[in-house]
Amino acid sequence: MMCVAYPGRVIEIRGEFAKVDFGAGTIRDNILISLVDAKIGDYVLVHAGYAIQVVDENEARKMIEMWEEMTKELSEEQKKKDFYEVIGRGE
Amino acid sequence: MDQKDRLPQILKYYKNPTVARKLTEMIHDIAKKIEEGISIMHVCGSHEWTITHYGIRSLLPDNVEVRAGPGCPVCITPATDIDEAVKLALDGIVVMTYGDMSRSRGSKMSLQDAKALGADVRVVYGVQDAITMAKKEPNKEFLFFAVGMDTTAPATAFEILNGVPNNLSFLVSYRYTPSIQGSVMESNVLGIDAFISAGHSATITGMKPYYEYFLRSRKPIVFSGFEPIDVLLSIYMLLKQIYENKPKMENEYTRSVTWEGNVKAQQVMEKVFDLEDGYVRGVAIFPKAGFRLKDEFRHLDAREKYGLKRGISEESEYVAGARCGEVVMGLIDPPECPLYMKKCTPEDPKGAPMVSQEGTCWIWAHHKIMNVSPRCRR
Repeated sequence: MMCVAYPGRVIEIRGEFAKVDFGAGTIRDNILISLVDAKIGDYVLVHAGYAIQVVDENEARKMIEMWEEMTKELSEEQKKKDFYEVIGRGE
Repeated sequence: MDQKDRLPQILKYYKNPTVARKLTEMIHDIAKKIEEGISIMHVCGSHEWTITHYGIRSLLPDNVEVRAGPGCPVCITPATDIDEAVKLALDGIVVMTYGDMSRSRGSKMSLQDAKALGADVRVVYGVQDAITMAKKEPNKEFLFFAVGMDTTAPATAFEILNGVPNNLSFLVSYRYTPSIQGSVMESNVLGIDAFISAGHSATITGMKPYYEYFLRSRKPIVFSGFEPIDVLLSIYMLLKQIYENKPKMENEYTRSVTWEGNVKAQQVMEKVFDLEDGYVRGVAIFPKAGFRLKDEFRHLDAREKYGLKRGISEESEYVAGARCGEVVMGLIDPPECPLYMKKCTPEDPKGAPMVSQEGTCWIWAHHKIMNVSPRCRR
């Protein structure tokens, strides 16, 4: 797909290129990183072989805190029920 | 938390069912207060995938609909460009492009059809592969059929600045998302009230280029990520803006989109490309929506080198009866097209939206949707 970008973790940098781990055993070693300021350990969004952005993990985490706040009045049982509904089986 | 799996762990939360339920309730509450029908348009094939795959349309109240806009690069690439690429391929030039693009038909055939006739057509993952291939065989002429949106263009621009081999030229058919979305925002033909903007395109361009269109049209925009919770939250944010009657440009995809965008990528793009009017296949010519190589790179421009035609095809744009253009603009749902899943299937696609994995028809067919989603306004 064309405008799809996947986040992956930079594990090695050689000049303009980086080795990026996308999880689940997928590692590509020729990702162009010249258009971003990436360090080893950063998560980069990769599109068609080059990194378009360094993912801002703090922002991603802030969202979660907001949702935790939003759903805090819901009981643990409800949350569990939602989860099992999604995976399609009982406890 | 294990250092190695930080982000994957965080992103798991973006599919959390409890949050989804809560957000759905909030969307229903606010939609009830708004009362009238609201049409929201997204302009990215990946958003359509998230919305269809997670069944988000089925969660929405009756008076809120989400339509797929022109967000699939393969679907909007003009038939003329494909025809010209096919012609060059049959003339003995090695044509390289992305997989989906090679299967999309021009007015007569696709690049894969040309390959079946003996042409040398190669599928590549990106522009880097194309350069490697051209370097390996210096005695052949190569053409890179460059299609995509502003997400894809910077990589090509970067490679051109770095220098490409003499036997490689580019048929540039990139489109600029802010201009296309902006034109749709300013026209009232489609009756769209609010927009979900493409997160990955805006990662490059930033929110800035949308501002002039926002000022003129005053329609709510939210820049959205691609997980189901991202999309639900974006819909809620849009409805909230509409309810409070305070249209804004908001950012939901804060982990990637900024106001300025990726400035480095923009600078590289500006050095290599100029914006010109761009034709969206079967729809219209959009102002400032196409990319053209600057004069100093004319020797790389296949349009100059081979004297190619451009613009609207003189032959018919689609096979008889196909309504691809209307699907691309979100005017109809795929099942309203008489060819959908009858003559035109993912195995034997007749139109571009059924070829590309970002095309609305392909996504709907892949999820076996045969009925029309309810609409609040026609």
